[in-house]
Amino acid sequence: MKFLIKLLLLFTACFSVKAQDFPEPMNPPRLVNDFASMFTPEEQGQLERMLVNYTDTTSTEIAVVTVPSLKGYEINDYVTRLYNKWGIGGSKNNNGVLILIKPKTAEEKGQAYIQPGYGMEGVLPDVVCNRIVDNEMVPRLRDGRNAEAVVAAVNIMFNLAKGSYTADQYMKKTDGKKKKDNSLVPIIIIFAIVLIISSFGGRRGGGRNLGSKGELPLWILLSLLNSAGGRGSFGGFSSGGGGFGGFGGGRSGGGGAGGSW
Amino acid sequence: MKKSWIILGVVILLVIITYVSLKNGYNKMVALDEQVKAQWAQVENVYQRRADLIPNLVSTVKGAADFEKTTLTQVIEARAKATQVKIDASNLNEQTMRQFQESQGALTQALSRLMVVSEQYPNLKANQNFLDLQAQLEGSENRITTERRTYNEVVQNYNTTIRSFPKNIFAGMFGFQPRPNFTAEAGADKAPEVKF
Repeated sequence: MKFLIKLLLLFTACFSVKAQDFPEPMNPPRLVNDFASMFTPEEQGQLERMLVNYTDTTSTEIAVVTVPSLKGYEINDYVTRLYNKWGIGGSKNNNGVLILIKPKTAEEKGQAYIQPGYGMEGVLPDVVCNRIVDNEMVPRLRDGRNAEAVVAAVNIMFNLAKGSYTADQYMKKTDGKKKKDNSLVPIIIIFAIVLIISSFGGRRGGGRNLGSKGELPLWILLSLLNSAGGRGSFGGFSSGGGGFGGFGGGRSGGGGAGGSW
Repeated sequence: MKKSWIILGVVILLVIITYVSLKNGYNKMVALDEQVKAQWAQVENVYQRRADLIPNLVSTVKGAADFEKTTLTQVIEARAKATQVKIDASNLNEQTMRQFQESQGALTQALSRLMVVSEQYPNLKANQNFLDLQAQLEGSENRITTERRTYNEVVQNYNTTIRSFPKNIFAGMFGFQPRPNFTAEAGADKAPEVKF
């Protein structure tokens, strides 16, 4: 009986998450879902082309969503639920990224959040997401340069993940003679070293600027070793050139980070 | 002669039907049970991830500021206790689950206290290492929330299956026990806020 009551409670808890809190993806499917009207139509088109182009070459889906309100949720909670509702990225590799922006209003501060899917957590650790938001997005969003903020963030991600797909293609061609597990260990070691170095650099300079001397190698090295790692594969390829065909059912475990202004 | 053939046929048919339904029901329960176990592993995984951050966090805090001792000690102690409570997925029941939740909940509280106290140390807030750790910690808390939610969903599915007719008749026979949920303690459905 006690159990039944619990089950009932759980059930009601499940339904207390109202469906209308989380919008459905726009139709026809697209990567830029601007519910809060933060971009002009031209900007939307440009962003969409950039992201579709990226999806076509790497299979990684970067979705940009703006919402006028978080309906009382914490942004990290909201973003995870929205991510998993829409299923961004391929279901096999979970290689999606969700950029969520809530514009600043008179009463509420603006918020931005970058959340990687399970498959992108290696490319975009929380620290990196945090810095992209703080260094690239928030300063531009504060000035109202919304599209620029997204372009800047996406550019960093491009550079981070660049070559991951082609490296995989290459590995498939060479018939996977190289063991993936072995290639991961040096990457982790290098990553740790880079993190340490970059943190020293940050302490000396005292600044959090991406361009400061101490941190620049982080991005370069990350993109380098990512191209060597060859993660991700062909899954989630849902569009055949031109438009975006819809989200692939990827999931996220709640990683990433955000910031506000 | 003919009659006995018919009886035999009916008996064979009944045996086959029973076998098939038993097999399907059993296999479904096994599959769901494995899902629960896998998701539990995922839950422990994200908790471990948080625990792994703490030594680094503590040494950063110690190094950067003459930090209040009691808060730090509480975090270290809570971590030691929390990492001791490891539950094998086959031992998941109400009692072990409560233990797990209590020890991890204590760590959550100790950590959020640490974050609140750290507000008073300006040189800590200017420390890049600390800020990075804060972002990682925040990410860990979010992951914990997400995996816990998924675990509850998977368990709900499993429990519903083994308790519904007719599977409940032989679920007990084969040793399928209901699994415990994460109960919603105060604010468990939302990630605890780690303030900057």
